[in-house]
Order: sequence, then structure tokens, then C-alpha cells
Amino acid sequence: MKLTKTLLATSALTVAAGAAWAESHMSSEMTLVSWGGAYQASQQKAYSEPYMEMHPDVAVVWDESSNEAVAKLRAMNEAGNVTWDLVDVVASDAIRLCDEGLAMEIDPEEDLAAAPDGTSAEDDFGDLLVSDCFIPQIVYSTTFGYRTDMVPEGVDAPSQICDVFDLETYPGKRALEKRPINNMEWALLCDGVAKEDVYDVLETDEGQDQALAKLETIKDEVIWWSAGADTPQLLADGEIFIGSTYNGRLFSVIEEQDQPVAMMWDAQVFDLDGWIIPTGLDDAALARVKDFVKFATDTQRLADQAKYISYGPARASSAPLVGQHADLGIDMAPHMPTDPNNAQNTFLYNYEFWADYRDDIDAKFQAWLAQ
Amino acid sequence: MSNASEAPTPDDGLRLMESADTGPVLAADGTPLKRSLGRALRRQKLRALMLIAPLLLFVLLTFIAPIADMLFRSVENQIVSDTLPRTVVALKDWDSTSGELPSEQIYEAAYYDIFIAAERKLHTRLGSRLNYELTGASSLFRKSGRGLDDIGEVYQDQFEDLNKAWKDGETWAQVMGSDAWLSEANSWGKSSGKLAPALELRDGIAELLPKTAESYSSFANFVRVDDGDNPASEDPWSLVYAALWQDLTSGADVSAYSGPNADLLQEAASAAQDFESISFTDGFAEIDEDWVDTPIWQTIKTYSPKYTSGYFLNSVDMKKTPDGPALRDEDQRIYGLLFKRTMFMSLVITISCIMLGYPVAWILANLPARTANLLMILVLLPFWTSLLVRTSAWKVMLQQQGVINDVLVWLGLVGDGDRLVMINNQFGTIVAMTHILLPFMILPLYSVMQTIPQTYLRAAKSLGATNWTAFWRVYFPQSVPGIGAGSILVFILAIGYYITPEIVGGTTGTFISNRIAYHISSSLNWGLAAALGAILLAVVLILYWAYDKIVGIDNVKLG
Repeated sequence: MKLTKTLLATSALTVAAGAAWAESHMSSEMTLVSWGGAYQASQQKAYSEPYMEMHPDVAVVWDESSNEAVAKLRAMNEAGNVTWDLVDVVASDAIRLCDEGLAMEIDPEEDLAAAPDGTSAEDDFGDLLVSDCFIPQIVYSTTFGYRTDMVPEGVDAPSQICDVFDLETYPGKRALEKRPINNMEWALLCDGVAKEDVYDVLETDEGQDQALAKLETIKDEVIWWSAGADTPQLLADGEIFIGSTYNGRLFSVIEEQDQPVAMMWDAQVFDLDGWIIPTGLDDAALARVKDFVKFATDTQRLADQAKYISYGPARASSAPLVGQHADLGIDMAPHMPTDPNNAQNTFLYNYEFWADYRDDIDAKFQAWLAQ
Repeated sequence: MSNASEAPTPDDGLRLMESADTGPVLAADGTPLKRSLGRALRRQKLRALMLIAPLLLFVLLTFIAPIADMLFRSVENQIVSDTLPRTVVALKDWDSTSGELPSEQIYEAAYYDIFIAAERKLHTRLGSRLNYELTGASSLFRKSGRGLDDIGEVYQDQFEDLNKAWKDGETWAQVMGSDAWLSEANSWGKSSGKLAPALELRDGIAELLPKTAESYSSFANFVRVDDGDNPASEDPWSLVYAALWQDLTSGADVSAYSGPNADLLQEAASAAQDFESISFTDGFAEIDEDWVDTPIWQTIKTYSPKYTSGYFLNSVDMKKTPDGPALRDEDQRIYGLLFKRTMFMSLVITISCIMLGYPVAWILANLPARTANLLMILVLLPFWTSLLVRTSAWKVMLQQQGVINDVLVWLGLVGDGDRLVMINNQFGTIVAMTHILLPFMILPLYSVMQTIPQTYLRAAKSLGATNWTAFWRVYFPQSVPGIGAGSILVFILAIGYYITPEIVGGTTGTFISNRIAYHISSSLNWGLAAALGAILLAVVLILYWAYDKIVGIDNVKLG
């Protein structure tokens, strides 16, 4: 009995000493970079506040620079002075940062926590690990919202993507993003191209012309946005009838601000947002960041984030844990882009295609816009 | 009187100086006056320079140097020759216009280059660079980094099947490294905090197995520096096996070798002739069909020099081709249009600022000081307000459901169905930017007008001039320096604006600076952004020079 106690005590001491040793080898400050606004607030509440409760000595600094993270990271890297420890970026940027050698490769087995039921992180995230450097957090979608009070009388509310291109039934301005991604795919879909052929068609010059020709039919009625907040504002002002933006933004227009706006989920495009760890961190900073990432991307933390914003957690094991909105008290599951009702017809952002064709198609698209 | 005429005058001094026979004029301390004067002047200049030195250094370090560094990127292109050194040399003899595929030697060089680049994780960076010129290069390189392992593994497997010893990093280290290096490397520990000892090749091995020696050296260097490990105990890349097979089958006489593992090497040499082999061309073809097509090789060859005109050609809607520069496809030409539009709109904005600012400045200059100061605050207030706030305010004013349209509809001037489109186009940009830049016109105008005496106008009128003549012939010419200063300020500021056009410009009101911002922050094509910026800078300098020639910069008054 005594021996067991001694053994227990020693092992407890060893564990405590080990933890203390690890703690002392971690930096006590950490700079996290995110998008600001409601999204960053959700990360603070779900990830960093509980983490700081566990580690009261750690100071977490937030920087709202994710918008220009790729350019800034490159500049920091060239200057040899990386001041960020963890950066929130969309998946396509993560791929680019990985390609450029600006983001660190991670090992999901070692760096990420397994699911509570023992499923390995690699299986739990599954296909969403689109790059060796990318640690997914959320699935978001680019989809449409429309003014319910501007639907013409005697006509059903828009329910499919091609209604965006139908000026006769649904007159009024539209808002689309000022870049080819998503718009080209939607245009082709509504010009009779089958969903599975979209990228094969878009690879060719004729296909690109076809997509632009389809967009040309509504060009005069389109307001082109470049910030995610534009479309919600235009909808709230009644400037547009229908517009594309990120689903979380529409959620806040509809549920939090109570505007006469409704979602149109058809052909929504899934995309991912997550963390990357910049290359060139010193050992102490790296140890701290890895510790934080392991905590912040575990099953419960990802599920918690959905309490504050309507983006789907990137882990399969988090989905059943998604509960109610922290302030509004409404069920969040039906507002997730991944909810079966919403995800009847979806697209997944084709990272490989756009990594290759982005420069080329963008040049064409911008030339077309400017004319 | 006579005394006065005898007294020395300054003229006497001059006459004295001119008379050569008197020698140089001396200062009080006996040194020649000229030298002493020069010294004093030099000291004065030095003191002045030291006074401005902090500012000069600051401007140099924080302004001129970064701009120069950034603009330099518009021609910089080392990445291709740094990442693919062997390929670039091998491609020199390949005729890119012949339509023929490169030779096996070129594929071999590319294999070594890309393999090593992939180990150092540089290949994807090159892929992104080449993707600006050739669509698909990005994924081609990403894929090849993984795929090239297959070529070497063909040989690696056969060597290892032949004798298990080839699996072992130590076998290789014994063959390739000198004895001194081996013993040093074996006693090295990672905990020492130093890098492992640098590889020293065994005597004669570089002549016996040249390719193996070269690729093993690259491997050893990588393990030592990039991984911080000991090359003597690491298993080599599959590339090294391919190199050994090449050396052995190209007639290396291994019987001359007598170092450790000589028996292994001889066994391998006799077996290697019968190894299953794969040509590098086929290896590349297996990774992607694009490798056995000419465009990727043409692009690499075209962009292999250390400096390129490609970015500048790109920014004037042209591109490099194997046959020299050519215009881009019509549906991709955009920069010429944007440059013209930027110039045109900046000019319109400058003129609108003159039209609106001149009367305001005139009133301010002619009112009693107290009232003028009060009104001045109205000019300065928007000047102190955030740019973003002012731009967003214009959005509220101009949009279709905005204040102006609402008032027009309420007044019955415009039907509810056809509200005016005043934003997200050129009109919106011009209105918003004119408003934002107006203080830059009013302030110099005001300070110049304040110096024009009121009496001139009254004098002109008393001499019989009409109001108009008095203004146009007497007042206006004196206010031109203010217009000049204001115009230069407004025009140069307008030409580089990008936030306002981005927010209210829609598609027809965007400037070239919006594309520069896009290439800096989104597409990461900094070379192109630098080239566009360099052109913009050159245009501004040329306009400034022209302005100086026509109006004269001396006539510009800021106050």
C-alpha cells in the first residue's frame, strides 16, 4: 500500500515536473492572426479564452491581418523576422504558403488531437487536410442571400442557382464577387454544362469564353464586391435583390439583424478556413503554438466555435456536438452549410484547378470586367 | 577732401589682386585667402550636411532603399537559374522554336535539379513563378516533386535486391567519404550543437563515379545543413542510386577502386548492365504528359536568364515568346486600358478640383480674417476625417437607395423605377475623389491668393477695366502658381489612389493601383506589381518634367 502510494506520488511528481519543464520551454506570448469581426470573436471565445484559463501566464495577442497574410508573411520571411505564431487563412492561401515554403508542414498524427472516440486526427479531418501545412477549422460556403420583399408578386422565391441569371423572372441588381472563382463555375452550370464537366470545360479557352458570355448576360445588373461585408450591406440597403457572400455573414443579417433576407443554398461552394504555422519560428514559440493548436482544434473546441458563428466544424466528430447559438439560443445545426437540407447541391472549391488557372483566368476576367 | 581721396577703397583691393606680381592675397594667418575661404566654406557645408544627415539617412533607409529594392524585382529572375542550374545550362543548345522535344540529357539535368529542389522544398516556389507565364506550371511542379522519386526507386530497389548493404547509409558513406571525414563524422553527436563535419570525398572517387559523387555531395550537404543530421548515417536519396547506375553503365572501371566495400561495388558494376532501366524522358512522361510537350521547356528557356524583361512586357499587355515579344491575346489586354483610364480620370479629378476649389479659395482669401478662419475649418474638417469614412459616406449619398436618389424621387424629378446610377462607376469615383482631394487644391490656392493685394484689382478697375478683364488680366495670372501647386499635388495623389476606386469604382472606375494592390497581396506576382509601379513612377516623373518645361517649377508656390 505504502509502496503504491510512493509510486503514485513519484509518478505524479514526474508528470508535474515534466509538465513544468515543457511549460518553461514554451514561449509565454503568442501572436495569432485572424480576420477580425465576428469570426475572430468566435475564435477568441471558443479557443483562446479557455486556453488562457488553463495557462494564465500566456499572453495572446490578436492581429487582424488575415486579409493580407500571404503578402505580409512573404515580406516577413524575406526580412528574416517572422512575428506571427499562427495564422488563419483560407485553404487556397494555405496551399500557396506551403508551396512558397512560408508555412510549416504538420504531422496530423503528432500535432493534432485524436477524436474522443479514438479516431485519429487524420481520419477525423479526412479529405479536408488539403495541404500538408493546413490545419482546417471550419467549412464555410459562398452562397446567395436574397431580399424576400423584392421577390416579384406571383413568382416563387429563387431556389436554384440559375435564378441568379434569370433577369426576366427576377429583375433587380445582383452582387457577385470581383474575381472569377465561383462565378465562372456558376455561369457554366447555368449554361447547360453538367456539374462533373465544369472544370474540364473551364480548362479550355472556349469554356472560359462561354462562362464570360453567360456572365455578360447579367453584367449590367451586377455590383461586384470585394469584401465579404459588402453583400450583407447591399442587401440591408435594398440596393440588390440577390447577392453572393459567405454564409456566416448572411446568418448574421438574417438572424441577428432581422433583415428581410433569406438564404438560397443551391450550388453553394464549400471552402475551408484554418491555421497555418509560419516557418522560421524559434523552438520556444513553436512549442507554444503546437500546444495551442492541439488544444484549439480538438473535437470539443471546434464544436464550441459553432455556438458563435454559423460555420461548420471541420472535424467529423464535432458535428454531433454542435449546439445552440450562445446569445440567440437557436439551434445552429440547420444554419450550417453542411446540414443535409442545405447541402443538397454543392460544389467543393477546386484547389488544384484554381492554383493553376488563377492567374490566367483572372487576367481574362479582369479584362472582361474593365471593358 | 584730399584725405578721403587717398583712403583705400574696395577698388584698390581688386586692383591689388589683379596685379599678378604681388602674389596671392593672404589671410590673417598667412595662408592664401582662396584656400582659407575654401576651407571655411567646406566646413560650413559639412556642418549643414551633418545637420540634415539624420533626415537624409532616414529618408534613404526607410523610403528610397525599399522603393529601389521593390522596383528591382521588376527585372529580377534568379529563381529559375538558381533552382534549375543544370537544366538552364543544358537548355542553351536546345532550339525552342524547332518544335522538337529536348534531348535525354536535358531531361536528365531536369531530373537532378527538380529532385534536389523538391528535397529542399523549392520546386513549388518555382512552379508558382512559372505559373505566371504558363498556366498549369504550378501543379506540374508540385506533382513532379512527388513523382520524381519513382525514377530513382527503379534503381534503388534493384541495388537493394542485389545486396542489402546498399540500403545502409553507412555503406555509402564508406564508399564516398574519406577516412578522415568518416571517423570525424562517426564521433559527431547532435547534442554538440554544431553542424556535422562537411563531406570530404574519397580520393579519386569523383573521377571514378562523377555523377554519384556530385549527387551524394548534394545529399550530404542537405542532410548536414538543412536537416542538421549526420550524413554518414542517413540513407541516401533515390537520386543517388540512379546516379550510381548511370556511372556504372557508362563504363566506370571500378576494378581500380580499392577502398572499403570494393567487392560490393564490383558486384554492382557487373550486375548493373542487366538492370531494368527507365529513360528520364519516360520517367517525366509518366509524371505528366505536359513534360513531353514543348511549352514548359520553352517557358523555362525563355525565363532562364537572371534578369528578365518579362514583367515589363507583361505590364504593357505583351508577352515573351520564343520568337520575341508579342502582344497578348485581345481578351487578356488590360493594363494599357487601365493606365489610360488612370491618367484620364486623374486629369478629370484635377480639373474638377480647380473648378470647385478656385471660387472657394477666392472667397476665403477675400473675407475678413475672422470669417475666413471659420470657413477654413469647414475646408479642413473633411481633411481631418478618415478617408474610409468619407468614401463610405459617398456610398450612402450616391447609391440607388441613397440620399440623393431618395430626394430626387421625393421631389418627383426621377421616377422610383429609374433611379440614377451614380456609384460603382467612373462618376462615383470622380465625385468621391474630387471631394477627398479638394483640400489639397484649396490650401495652396488660398495661400497664394492671400499674397495678391486687393489694391491691384481696384487699380485695374479705376483704370477702366471691366470686372472680368480685371480678374482675367490682373488677378488670375497672379494665382496661377497656386493652381500649379494644387494641380501637381492633386494629380500625383490621384494617380496612386486605390482605396476609394476600390470601394466606389465598380468595374469602370478602377485604377491601375488596384491591380498593383491585387498583385502584391493576392496573386503574389510581385515582379509584375513592381513593373507596373515602375511604369507609374516613370509616367509621373515624365509629367513632372513636362510640367517644369511648360509652366516652370519655379512658378509653383505652396504658400
